[in-house]
Formats: sequence, structure tokens, C-alpha cells
Amino acid sequence: MVPLEPNIEHPPPQPVFSAQPYLVIEPSRGWVSLQLRELWQYRELLYFMTVRDVSVRYKQTVIGAAWAIIQPFMTMIVFSLFFGRLAGVPSDGLPYPIFSYTALVPWTFFSNGLTYSANSLVGNANLIKKVYFPRLAIPLSTVLSSGIDLILAFVILLIMMLLYGIVPTINVIWLPFLLLLTFLTSLGVGLWLSAMNVQFRDIRYVVPFLTQFWLFITPIAYSSNLIENDFLRALYGINPMTGVVEGFRWALLGANTAPGLIILVSSLVSLVLFVSGLYYFRRMEKTFADVV
Amino acid sequence: MDNVAIRVAGISKLFRIGVSRERYRTFRDTLTASFVAPFRRAAGLLQGNPMAATNLSETFWALKDISFNIQHGEVVGVIGRNGAGKSTLLKVLSRITEPTTGRIELYGRVGALLEVGTGFHPELTGRENIYLNGAILGMSRREIDSKFDEIVAFAEVEKFIETPVKHYSSGMGLRLGFAVAAHLEPEILVVDEVLAVGDLNFQRKCLGKMNDVAKQGRTVLFVSHNLAAIRELCQTSIVLDQGKIAFRGLVTEGLALYTQQILPNVARVENNRVGWQRLKAQGQEAGILRTSTDEGLTLDAWFLANESIRRGFFYCIMENAIGDKILHQRLESKEIMGSEIQPGLYHFTVKLPPLWLAPGLYTLHLKFLETDTDTRYRRFLSENVIVDMYSPVPSVLEGAMLAPIPSWKVDLEQVEQVN
Repeated sequence: MVPLEPNIEHPPPQPVFSAQPYLVIEPSRGWVSLQLRELWQYRELLYFMTVRDVSVRYKQTVIGAAWAIIQPFMTMIVFSLFFGRLAGVPSDGLPYPIFSYTALVPWTFFSNGLTYSANSLVGNANLIKKVYFPRLAIPLSTVLSSGIDLILAFVILLIMMLLYGIVPTINVIWLPFLLLLTFLTSLGVGLWLSAMNVQFRDIRYVVPFLTQFWLFITPIAYSSNLIENDFLRALYGINPMTGVVEGFRWALLGANTAPGLIILVSSLVSLVLFVSGLYYFRRMEKTFADVV
Repeated sequence: MDNVAIRVAGISKLFRIGVSRERYRTFRDTLTASFVAPFRRAAGLLQGNPMAATNLSETFWALKDISFNIQHGEVVGVIGRNGAGKSTLLKVLSRITEPTTGRIELYGRVGALLEVGTGFHPELTGRENIYLNGAILGMSRREIDSKFDEIVAFAEVEKFIETPVKHYSSGMGLRLGFAVAAHLEPEILVVDEVLAVGDLNFQRKCLGKMNDVAKQGRTVLFVSHNLAAIRELCQTSIVLDQGKIAFRGLVTEGLALYTQQILPNVARVENNRVGWQRLKAQGQEAGILRTSTDEGLTLDAWFLANESIRRGFFYCIMENAIGDKILHQRLESKEIMGSEIQPGLYHFTVKLPPLWLAPGLYTLHLKFLETDTDTRYRRFLSENVIVDMYSPVPSVLEGAMLAPIPSWKVDLEQVEQVN
């Protein structure tokens, strides 16, 4: 008899005769471990999900990836007009446009990463209900994929620096650390919000409000030098984005802000946000498939 | 040596479901409640009771104290009514959801196939989706690389592999999804109702592939409502009823138990006013009937009407193992029972001539559709009988729909001169 369908031959799988189970499923109790090793095993999935988010992001848009630039660039123009020109906000002796744009680059990454990751679990509800994989991969890949926007916006920043004739200081070696700080803060908040969003859809309404609010309490349109008391300035670092933004200006533009203490405070707060976010996420993870 | 692939001990799963809302009497009550409720929920949240905050205080046990072992290479059919806990069991086994109590030991990598094309993104091309879907199902990139051509060939989408999936027909999308899943090679495979989608050709292909997988010595858990497919693929069965194991053993016995005990309960609960009572084929009570393809079939069924029914239709339906309708016959009630069905218990006898169907499994049942008034449409299905057809002669080959036995006659009419 001729087979009607193409017959695909597979070697039969070798039966596993092990005394130790490959996997044990039990209800988790109390504080759960972070299972970061398992996340590492799923790194290819993380890669493909990030690639998916990146390649889907600007599909079927007219100007495509230009959106990644327009967002911070237009904000910069508006800020320059109203805060720089009309209100005359001091800008640490730098041209106001580059002063604000340097802050807007990490800010846009932060706020996009936060917004996308907060909705990521609900947006991938179908996956969560039908397949097992470490759920951390979802918000993580979302924030990672926002990195593409960061790169594009950063290129514009470099061009602007060239036009203004600004040479970065040696402190630019701290830039990767500052980027990591932005990433951890964005993901930390994203983890909290995405896990809460599964159960309380109120989060969807909180996020736009939160990012707007956060934009104003971060020294983007103005400088933290407006605070003269050194102790109070360091306290300002409790908002982790303060450290990031002041650090960016210091490292790239050579702004005389001496942000060391601020960055230290910001890093600590960011770390607390991130680690607590991880634990909260892992703790809620088991309920995702039932509730989402 | 012990050869257990899955060891399940005392698994239970508690679900929280929304409480039925109190009925608000007046518009004013409704308004007040909608103002008060958010505060009450927020108060619940602050008191550390998130469940109260989302109206999820009602609970029910989807699985209750389930224990069983499955050997390596065993193909197990999981049978049960809707809501019996089949899907929950598979979700617990594939780690999608956590059990509330109990312990599961898995001796091998588990691949779960609960849906075809999970995670497909319409904007991505076929190629990108194969990699994404493969990674989601747990394949490594190298594994996908090596099987990529096979997957594309199996799905028959070679020409469209660089086209975004949103431009695919739904059939192509399903084929691609199944092709990726079919090339997953875990030691333990968990499959839920994937055959319920797609056109007939596709269903046939899926069933064939499932058959291959089953024959490769892999451990498979297969959930389906298609009893004939279960009968064909599985050796053993687990019958679930209301979250508990009602039976664990040979698939023939499991199916018999399911069709005789568990299904009829539904019928009796749902329609005490009117409905089918019993079904016999060739004088045998529901279960699996083995009969020769050249024999006719006689169905006996009892139909109870506790009140008079003005109008309705009787159907006799026969389906093959993949759900194609072989027979679909309709008769209006007035043609056999007069202008109105009087209350009473009716004995139906339905005789089928020899059908000459190809050897295989078929499902037979009777249906009554009540169309008493313009607004009332109610369906009553009888129990079903699974008919296992065999051919009386060995000359019948597989792959045909019918197996009538032609008579062959040869006469030598002329002797040809060879040179």
C-alpha cells in the first residue's frame, strides 16, 4: 500500500530508565526560589521572543522605526521651546536642547519598557494558558526589545553632540553601568506592574498616569542642581531615574553635576525594586494561568 | 526494573471562580452597589485578601485526589464529560498550572500540545513563526534547524514560507502549527483535542501523525471527545468523572464504562421531561459492537416523552473515527408518530441495510430535535454505540471509504498469438 501522506521517519526515542525523576511537580510553598538557571535554559526562547517583539513593533506603520526617534525628539523640541526659551529653566550651562535630549534618551527607554512590560502578561495570556515556560521571559523580552528604540535614539544623540561640538568625558566608561541601571529599574517596576495587572486590570489605567507623573519628578526638563542642599540632592536619588539622568549628562556632556552620591542612592533603590519585583513575580507566577 | 514514566500521587486542584452576583432589585440599588463595591474591594485588598477584591471567593475542585502511574511507551486516552477535569489534568502535567496538593514525578521531557499554533504571530513570516513556535514548545534552535525542511514539507507551505502568516488561509496556519508540534520529540507527549480543528483532510493527517507517534514507543496522554479516535490510538484509558478517577485500565473497558455509566447520567439529569433512555445495537447495550461489514444493523432505542410534543425531527447519525458523517438521516415526527407525540415511552427500532463500510470504528447515535414552537429548539442526543466493523474477506485493503466485495469473473475469450 502506498502511503497517502509523506511519511516522516523518526528514530524511536530512547526510553529513560532512571531512578531519579527528570522533573517533580509539587505545589510551591512560602518563598519560592527564583529559578534563574531554568530561565537560562530557556534563553533561546527569550531570544526569539525579543526578536518577535522587535520585528513586530513597527510592522505596518508608515514611517516605521522613525517612531523610536520622533518620540524623544519631539518632546525635546517642546521642552526646549517652553522650558528652555519661555521659562528660562537653567540647564547646567549646556545648550538646552541637548541638555533635555540626553535625559530623554534613557527616559524613553525606561517609560516604554515599563509600559510594554506592564501589559505584557495580559497581552500574552494565550501563551500563558497553553504552554509552560518561565513566565519571566515575557516581561524580560519586552524590556529587552525596547533596547532597539534606545539604540536609534542614541544615534541621534551622538549626531547632536557632534553638531554642538561636545566631546564626551572619560566618565563615558560609566555609561554601560547607567544603561544597566535604567534596564533594572524599568524591569523592576515592570515586573511588579505586570504581575499585578494579571489580577487587577486597574494597572492598565495606572500606567499612563504613573509614567507621566514620573516624568515630572525626574530632572529631565530641569536640573537637580536646583536643589542646593547636598543631602537633599542625594535624597532625590530615591527616584532611580534621577541617578540615571544626571549620570547620563555627567558622563556624556561633562555636566558639572557630581552625581556620585545620587547614583549610589539610585542604584540601591533600583536594586531593591528589581529584586523585590523578581520575588513578587515568582510568587504570583503560579496563579497566572488560572487568573489571566 | 520499574518502568514508570509518570507517577501521579494525590493531585488536587482548587479553582477560584466568581461568586454569582446578588440580584439588584432596583436601579437605585444597582447604582449604590456600583459606588460601594470598589471601596469594599479595596478594603479587602488592604486587609490582605486579594481574592475578596476580585470577587473570587467561590471555589471548586477541578481535580480531587488523582493518583495513577503510566508506564513508558503507554498510550493513554483520557475520557470524561465536559468539566470532568481532563484539561486541568493535562495543564497540571505540563506545568502550566500548579496543583493545589499532591506530587507528580515525570521521568522524561514533557511536550504539551494543548493548541495548534500557540504563539503564532500574524505579522511574522512562516519561517519566523516556525522558530518562535518551536522555541515556545521547548525545541532548541539546532533541533528546529535540522527539522525545518521536514516541517515545511509536512505543512505544505513551501511557497509561502516567507509570507506573513496573516496572509495564510486558516487551513495553512493550522497545518503549519501542527507540523511544528508534530516534530516535537519529547519522551512524554501530552495532547488535548487538537484534532477538533481544521478540515477533514487535515484531521485525517493529524490522526495519522498521532498514530505514528503512538507507534514509536513514546508515552502519550491523549484527551479527546472523539471516542473512536481514542479507541484507535490508545491501549489504556483514564476515565474522569467530576474531578475523580472513575476508571483506570484497558481502553475498551474504559470506553464501555464511559458510554454506559457516565454518559447516560448526563442524559437523565438534563432531560427528565423528554429524551432518550437507552440504546442497543444488535441487541447489545451501549459500548463497542463488533460486526461484519456485510451485515445490517438494528438499533433499539427508548424515547420518553412526559408531555405531548407538537413537532420534532428524528435523526440517525453515523460518523467515522475522524468525525466524517457517513450517515445523516432525518425524519419528521409526524411521519411516524402522527400529528403530535403523545406522552409515553416509545420503543424505536431502526434497521440499517448492510453498509459495506471499510473496516474501522464508527459511532452511531440517534438525535431528536424539538421544534415545538418557533422559538423552541432543543436537541436530545441518544447514547452512542461504537461499531467496530470488520471485513468478512481478507482482500479488503486500507485507505478506501467503502468495502463492498466485488465478484470477480475471468473468461479467456481469445488466445493471442505471440508472434
